[in-house]
Amino acid sequence: MALTRAQVEGIAHLARLELDPAEVPQYEQSLSRIVDFIGELERANTAGAAPMAHPLPGLVQRLRADEVTERDGHALYQRNAPQVASGLYLVPKVIE
Amino acid sequence: MIDRPTVTQLAADLRARKISSVELVRACLARIEASQPALNAFVTITADQALEQAEAADRELAAGRGGPLAGVPIGHKDLFCTAGVRTTCGSRMLENFVAPYDATVVARLKAAGAVMLGKLNMDEFAMGSSNETSYFGPVRNPWKTDLVPGGSSGGSAAAVAARLLPAATATDTGGSIRQPAAFCGVTGIKPTYGRVSRYGMIAFASSLDQGGVIAQTAEDCARVLRSMAGFDPRDSTSVDIPVPDYLAGLDAPLAGVRIGVLKEFFDTGLDAGYERRVREAFAVFERLGARLCELSLPNIPRSVPAYYVVAPAECSSNLARYDGVRFGHRCSAPRDLADLYKRSRSEGFGPEVKRRIMTGTYVLSAGYYDAYYLKAQRVRRMITGDFERAFAEVDLLMGPTTPTVAFALGAKSADPITMYLNDIYTISANLAGLPAMSVPCGFVDGLPAGLQIIGPHFAEQRLLHAAHRFQRETDWHTRVPERCA
Amino acid sequence: MNAHQGTRVSKGAATEPGAAWETVIGLEIHAQLATRSKIFSGAPTAYGAAPNTQACLVDLGYPGVLPVLNAEAVRMAVRFGLAIGARIAHQSVFARKNYFYPDLPKGYQISQYELPIVAGGTLDIVLEDGSRKRIGVTRAHLEEDAGKSLHEGLAGLTGIDLNRAGTPLLEIVSEPEMRSAKEAVAYMKKVHTLVRYLEICDGNMQEGSFRCDANVSVRPAGAEKFGTRAEIKNVNSFRYVEKAILYEVARQIELIESGGKVIQETRLFDPDRGETRSMRSKEEANDYRYFPDPDLLPLELDAAYVESVRAELPELPDAKAARFSAQYGLSDYDAGVLTASRELADYYEAVTRGVPGQPKLAANWVMGEFAAALHKEGLEISAGKLPAERLAGLLARIADETISGKIAKEVFEAMWANGESADAVIASKGLQQITDTGAIERAIAEVMAQHPDQLAEFRAGKDKLFGFFVGQVMKATRGKANPAQLNALLKEKLPG
Repeated sequence: MALTRAQVEGIAHLARLELDPAEVPQYEQSLSRIVDFIGELERANTAGAAPMAHPLPGLVQRLRADEVTERDGHALYQRNAPQVASGLYLVPKVIE
Repeated sequence: MIDRPTVTQLAADLRARKISSVELVRACLARIEASQPALNAFVTITADQALEQAEAADRELAAGRGGPLAGVPIGHKDLFCTAGVRTTCGSRMLENFVAPYDATVVARLKAAGAVMLGKLNMDEFAMGSSNETSYFGPVRNPWKTDLVPGGSSGGSAAAVAARLLPAATATDTGGSIRQPAAFCGVTGIKPTYGRVSRYGMIAFASSLDQGGVIAQTAEDCARVLRSMAGFDPRDSTSVDIPVPDYLAGLDAPLAGVRIGVLKEFFDTGLDAGYERRVREAFAVFERLGARLCELSLPNIPRSVPAYYVVAPAECSSNLARYDGVRFGHRCSAPRDLADLYKRSRSEGFGPEVKRRIMTGTYVLSAGYYDAYYLKAQRVRRMITGDFERAFAEVDLLMGPTTPTVAFALGAKSADPITMYLNDIYTISANLAGLPAMSVPCGFVDGLPAGLQIIGPHFAEQRLLHAAHRFQRETDWHTRVPERCA
Repeated sequence: MNAHQGTRVSKGAATEPGAAWETVIGLEIHAQLATRSKIFSGAPTAYGAAPNTQACLVDLGYPGVLPVLNAEAVRMAVRFGLAIGARIAHQSVFARKNYFYPDLPKGYQISQYELPIVAGGTLDIVLEDGSRKRIGVTRAHLEEDAGKSLHEGLAGLTGIDLNRAGTPLLEIVSEPEMRSAKEAVAYMKKVHTLVRYLEICDGNMQEGSFRCDANVSVRPAGAEKFGTRAEIKNVNSFRYVEKAILYEVARQIELIESGGKVIQETRLFDPDRGETRSMRSKEEANDYRYFPDPDLLPLELDAAYVESVRAELPELPDAKAARFSAQYGLSDYDAGVLTASRELADYYEAVTRGVPGQPKLAANWVMGEFAAALHKEGLEISAGKLPAERLAGLLARIADETISGKIAKEVFEAMWANGESADAVIASKGLQQITDTGAIERAIAEVMAQHPDQLAEFRAGKDKLFGFFVGQVMKATRGKANPAQLNALLKEKLPG
């Protein structure tokens, strides 16, 4: 199944990726190849096979005691941040 | 003296004070520096910290203390977070990222006394089978530098193959330990999902990723894995069962061990010379008293398409956190929020990562979820069922690690599917969460081939035992590329 | 639900007479669970800390970190589920809701989608006419809260504070079964009461611990099909919920009646203008790409666990109100008021224990003077301004006729102001009721002597002046004369 240019652009937007117009045909082609390839799964008869999200059967979620174990580390953590002020991470104005 | 020794040898010599960690580390650092232009195995070399750690290890050893790996040099794949040392994941996105914490694997190996020499190159975010997707340039195969070392743990495999280090950490999401180990003629183990903590291991596909080791021998893998593995309360998918002593019983006889030969691994596109090497390896196991039989796992051929739904789906979500706000690359002068997101991510990620994010976004999106994601998870269940049935009959499964030996740089970059099919034999173990190894089993046209061994959940010891006995009978794992000898 | 029970709104001019619309409302309430640490990390959840000082690596979505589920958040969700008679899922699953927003650090929110922890409960609300209505609770699921965006004082920029990120939320989703803004408010109050009873949420709406999204639509009365709904986001007071719904209903009706169409969208309530407006930033159609979170395993709760949580449940509001009616002979209304919060109910019962046999007196005082005094100073019962034993001490003096009800109010005020006991106030101010017949007789004699004209008129048949003499004697005794005795003595003395 071939993906259209509009589909590729739609996916890129959903993934917050900006594709150079010149790159779009490449992605159109390679993603179409991939979609064809994984489309093969359609032919698998999976009747009776429950979806498997985790590779270890029977393993269940462990619970953590409700205890505060973390201390303020924002000064260290914000060393990786591109733009901060007064302890806040800064982004261009968000319009609500 | 310090050219080729194994972890096992070095640990003993260090403890016996035949060598010092400092001199060992100096020698390794020199080799690493010298190798960089040709191999590019390292993204970051941490010489100063390494020497400090080596001095500390020597003091411990002199005092008769020190962990099981005291003073042994190792390298970490550059997706294990290391406090104070940058962790790039092979990506421009994290070019300057310095984690404020150590991954559990890093902390455990540190506690065992291992000395980190640096961070090893890899495919960007572990997405690739050739190491060509690294932002820091491809790693080259020490056996022939116009060939790829495999991926995504190409730096780890190349460094061990070139004897820059006796062992390195690595990760395996669809073959990223085994395939480069095979391409570089070294030994690698991907443990059972949940055996090694994923905390601090930057995620590609969370339900498939598993940390492991690449080293020269199975015994070395056992030695390092023993210090890495184990329950971690910070990882919900870590399994709380004791870690056995992987070194115990390595020399026990193999007589009576039932080995299943995976029929499907010989059906599709396996190079004839490679097949001969693998079948010769089977003969070695038969000589050792193992019983071989052929087994068919009919759903195995669907592993690759199922994987290329599940892995991209998880990756598309895992990589959404790289948005230029709290860490990582940020574009200059964003016009607005959308521009900040889109340009930061587009500049920070390379084409293969973008392709996988887009594939994953597509398969999870409204109207496609059932057809792709759910379907793939059902196929995953069927593949797992195949393995369960097989392990009711045999103790181990064996086959080739890859369809061919290492290929040339650029040979498979044009078409993603050609590249993806390189993992055709390795992916199924990840989908089912099984432990799997690659062991050198000979050469095809002068390039190493790998024998893959797969076991049931938590049977690492069984794998290591078989691999160790094989390595006692063969010397493929001792071969060193001419240029590194 | 019959249409005629719903809100009828008719816009005169544009439509034929008699056209009526029915309002349909469903609420999604977000209750922050009162855990010490966050749902997936060990960072503290306290409100009001300096920006990002309570956001740890997990809350920040740092590369490599992983979530581990907080046991207490699970227990609280189960408490709620049991309290509304819902099914507690043997297995529930955490899923990722994927979208990009600066206050959402990982680019996805960990929530529950297909398999929530709680499903299918009910809550009863009391309507204005005193009748009860049962509202279905579709589900309640666990999820993590997002951070906050701050716009003030940053030119052209938005600041992101992730302290709130990862705070556990219980999202409580109702069926679209409310038919008026008043019903919606009654339901919201009911949930609010319940989560505080269960001690799973502090209910602080100013701090955003309890907030709600309202899905509002209208349809012609009697129609089966729902109209297109608008979602009003993040309303954080009962009053605003009512105002927002009323505005939105009127807006939708006006829109439809003038030939327009309601579009499915997210709207924001602006309390200053009293209106809802479209949120432009969330306009684009979302595709959340939910899938099971591979970093978390299925949550399994066995019957023994559920029963252990059930065993710890407190008496719930409805049961308590029924008991209050039966045990204390209170009206349904009074029982409802007194059980509106666990603190109030506990306080009332403590007062009652202090004045046995006087439950109605206690109810009147707790709901009356005491509640008014708290309200006036903006205090909570927990502030401990007037311990229950103290109030009971005052009521005991009314019961044993040491003071009259009227004097008691004066005593109450003094107790409230000084923190003294009722007996101390009564003694220091000399407010004991006069029950000594001789003393009352003396006061009556004085008053009669002072008002010969009125006495003469009374004796001439003007019975109404009896009240005048009661008042005069009370005045003379500064209100302390025992009213019953005074009455009897006046009846004896006045006729002469």
